[in-house]
Amino acid sequence: MHSSSSSQSKTTTHTYISDKVRTLPPSGIRRFFDLLASMEGVISLGVGEPDFVTPWHIREYAIYSLEKGYTMYTSNKGMPELREELAKYLYSQHGLDYNPEEEILITVGVSEGLDLALRAILNPGDEVIVPDPCYVAYPACVTLAGGVPVPVSTSEDNDFKITAKDIARQITPKTRAILFGYPANPTGAVLSREELLQIAELAKQHNLLIISDEVYGRLVYGVEHTCVASLPDMKERTILLNGFSKAYAMTGWRIGYAASGSEVIAAMTKIHQYTMLCAPIMSQMAAIEAIKAGDREVAGMVEDYDRRRRVMVKGLRDIGLPCFEPKGAFYAFPSIKTTGMTSEEFAEKLLKEEQVAVVPGSAFGNNGEGYIRCCYATSLKEIEEALRRIERFVHRHLKRPSG
Amino acid sequence: MKQIFKALEGDARLTPEQISTMTGIPVDEVKKTIKKAEEDKTILKYKTVINWAKLGEEQVWALVEVKVTPQRNVGFDSIAERIYQFPEAHSVYLASGTYDLAVLVVGKTMQEVAIFVSEKLAPLEAVQGTVTHFILKKYKEDGEILEGGEGVKRLPVTP
Repeated sequence: MHSSSSSQSKTTTHTYISDKVRTLPPSGIRRFFDLLASMEGVISLGVGEPDFVTPWHIREYAIYSLEKGYTMYTSNKGMPELREELAKYLYSQHGLDYNPEEEILITVGVSEGLDLALRAILNPGDEVIVPDPCYVAYPACVTLAGGVPVPVSTSEDNDFKITAKDIARQITPKTRAILFGYPANPTGAVLSREELLQIAELAKQHNLLIISDEVYGRLVYGVEHTCVASLPDMKERTILLNGFSKAYAMTGWRIGYAASGSEVIAAMTKIHQYTMLCAPIMSQMAAIEAIKAGDREVAGMVEDYDRRRRVMVKGLRDIGLPCFEPKGAFYAFPSIKTTGMTSEEFAEKLLKEEQVAVVPGSAFGNNGEGYIRCCYATSLKEIEEALRRIERFVHRHLKRPSG
Repeated sequence: MKQIFKALEGDARLTPEQISTMTGIPVDEVKKTIKKAEEDKTILKYKTVINWAKLGEEQVWALVEVKVTPQRNVGFDSIAERIYQFPEAHSVYLASGTYDLAVLVVGKTMQEVAIFVSEKLAPLEAVQGTVTHFILKKYKEDGEILEGGEGVKRLPVTP
């Protein structure tokens, strides 16, 4: 619902900006940033990153690498040691057998991996199926790569899980790939192995790729994370994207990787070598340490998130905001429909009246309307205070108090 | 069950209701588990970590290395017991290496600590010798960084 009035005031023939970028809607998340900047005492549930700082041993290793003079380019594909460690890791975690020489590419976060994957596989007008709601970058990156994002509705009734049945209805001769990320941002939804198997079967039937963003894969609570590429005959058909940001609290390092068949990785590497050259060496160094020795810290953080998750979900439900149980990532996605407000209205008023920042669900797609994204990667004290404020707010604005 | 203790170890003031929410374990079970743990000394006590220096309170800490002669049948345990009964002995550990017992001693003044070591600790029959290291500054205690720390630097809204 962005306004285009500013662009109308200029004569459109004289803009320097391409049609594609000009018509691309800005991220609904960023809009809130300006509002927030001027306010004090705000509790933010609007973040998309851990509140932990990168574990010290990882930072210390990166510092040491700088002291030793590791400040140069690396191979386009990334440092061999990191690729080898990742191959070992993917084997031990998921039984996946990737050749570190040809089937793994180190990227500048999952963000770059996503962009490369889409640019490598799409011809103009090709369609990519994405869940609605989903992470803001998915449809935008599809558009930028010349493709057409085709949203598939997901809803609270099915815990915001995309299903093979719903995907099948949207497949056309132009469909090239299915793009999703589970555990999901913004909903916290997780797909089971059986549910993924059905989608994998569908992909095989229609000769589609699956681009699977598994950056929240380590952050699951009481359920197993299934790596899509580990399903029977899916390795070559999957572009696995992952990174260190969420599990190891390394968002600012911008470091991730892509794994797939050698043909796809070679194509992605071609774009990567012209546009990025390589991921920063200090971040690659830090990633080596993380993958080799970070498990203990990850486990500790997951335990912490789980406690906060339960507090957040129970708190929201007690307030009267229905909230399905998120089994992964660090978001709760409660419904605010009882208030009669749109999610954007709700978020804006909540920020102004109670100084709590949340992200309106509509930022993540039409089906996010009526919901808000609350990130629980913040201290328990802040979560509890935020819940008190939300309770006050909701009770003040309830359309019709229920029984 | 471990989740209950991990939650409590992080914050001893959590109520059973809060712990129940955090862990998904029913309140009654949380209460029962805590009660049992208090009785069987799994939970030793609930304490508060205070940065006394901030209150201007003078406290002198010393790490005293104690070399002892182990006793027949009881090894180091009986001499350790003689030492840990003193209230000045804040913590007592048996350690490997060049000395045997590590004793953390706390007093109001350096004099007080020195007197305890020279008049109570060193003269004990089994004690062969002591080396006293006065603590000059505390950086981290019971897992908590006393001053500085890192604070929150992330932006309030991110994707």
